[in-house]
Amino acid sequence: MSRRRILIVEDSPTMRQLLVFALKRLKDAEIVEASDGMDGLRKVTSDHFDLALVDINMPVMDGLKLISLIRSEDSLKEMPIVVITTEGATEDRERALALGADEYLTKPIQANRVLAVAKGLLKIVS
Amino acid sequence: MSDDRRGIFERADEFATIFRRGAEFAKELVQENERLRRQLLSLEEDHTQAARDPHEWQKLRGEMLRRIDHLEAERQSVLDRLRQIEEENRHFASRYLEVEDENNNLANLYVASYQLHSTLDLSEVLKIVLEIVINLIGAETFAVYVLDEKTQQLEAVAAEGEALAAFPSFRLGRGVLGACVESGKTVCERVHASQDLSRPIVCIPLRVQERPLGAIAIYRLLAQKEGFSPLDHELFTLLAGHAATAIFAARLHSLSERKLNTIQGFIDLLTK
Repeated sequence: MSRRRILIVEDSPTMRQLLVFALKRLKDAEIVEASDGMDGLRKVTSDHFDLALVDINMPVMDGLKLISLIRSEDSLKEMPIVVITTEGATEDRERALALGADEYLTKPIQANRVLAVAKGLLKIVS
Repeated sequence: MSDDRRGIFERADEFATIFRRGAEFAKELVQENERLRRQLLSLEEDHTQAARDPHEWQKLRGEMLRRIDHLEAERQSVLDRLRQIEEENRHFASRYLEVEDENNNLANLYVASYQLHSTLDLSEVLKIVLEIVINLIGAETFAVYVLDEKTQQLEAVAAEGEALAAFPSFRLGRGVLGACVESGKTVCERVHASQDLSRPIVCIPLRVQERPLGAIAIYRLLAQKEGFSPLDHELFTLLAGHAATAIFAARLHSLSERKLNTIQGFIDLLTK
């Protein structure tokens, strides 16, 4: 089976390192990091990814803008997107899901929850 | 020889082979039948003998009962073993979950301490402390206080959720925060938020070798955060030690840089 490529778009190095730790437990996963929305957009449009984890509050370009740009690309319409954010309000969740996010996780994150969601979206059987 | 004739001979050979196999199979069947018939006769003989002789019958019955008892015991032992294995399995499953949790907690603690000691720039260290408190603990409003050793005042130097100026300063030993820093004991209230910025819900004293350095004061948790977990308490302990050391090292580094620049300035002045 080919390697699964996962993109983490998050401005906080602490969160990025934590997410990398969690996702490293997936077999054959290749993890790529982006530090803001623009960097994320550049990476996601220039290479293939099986999953993207996106923070909402980021400099340069926020996560919601990034999600709407990703979904406007025909080739990226099917790529699963997980939002990871501090915003826990229902309207924030609904807005992100309406823009095309597949899952919405709130901080503080739990590594096993992130792993379970990633496995589900990558259709990996435990 | 024509092709037709060759074909007829080949088919005859095939037929002969099949017939030979059929004959061998029939012979085997007859032999098996004979063997079973002899076995049946012998059993019938035993049965008749036992039926005729009450002593033999009792002996056969006793033997059968012993065999049943033995099989029952064996069955019970297998069932007991099965139950034991199921119990062990359940124990391993729960232990696995515990280890998973422990692993996740250790990853959080490792990342927090790794990030805290990844730089000697004070503003970067403070930014990392903020990130840890937001992302790993789940606080919405909080501030990092540093003690001014000359004035013995605790001043907020970094904050989230409110403007820095909104956070009051405290005298060492006074108020919840001042008392917490002086005693070195973490304070943790079982409430979600405090409206009063002079009464934080969590105070984490920052100390280096018993020397008070400052504190982290948390006033409000994120809406989705439901109280504090054991991991949060581990993070409080980690921050109390590692954030303090990181801030102390960064301040020393900045001081030594400043001194180095001053000395370099003097040397340049004297030598040029």
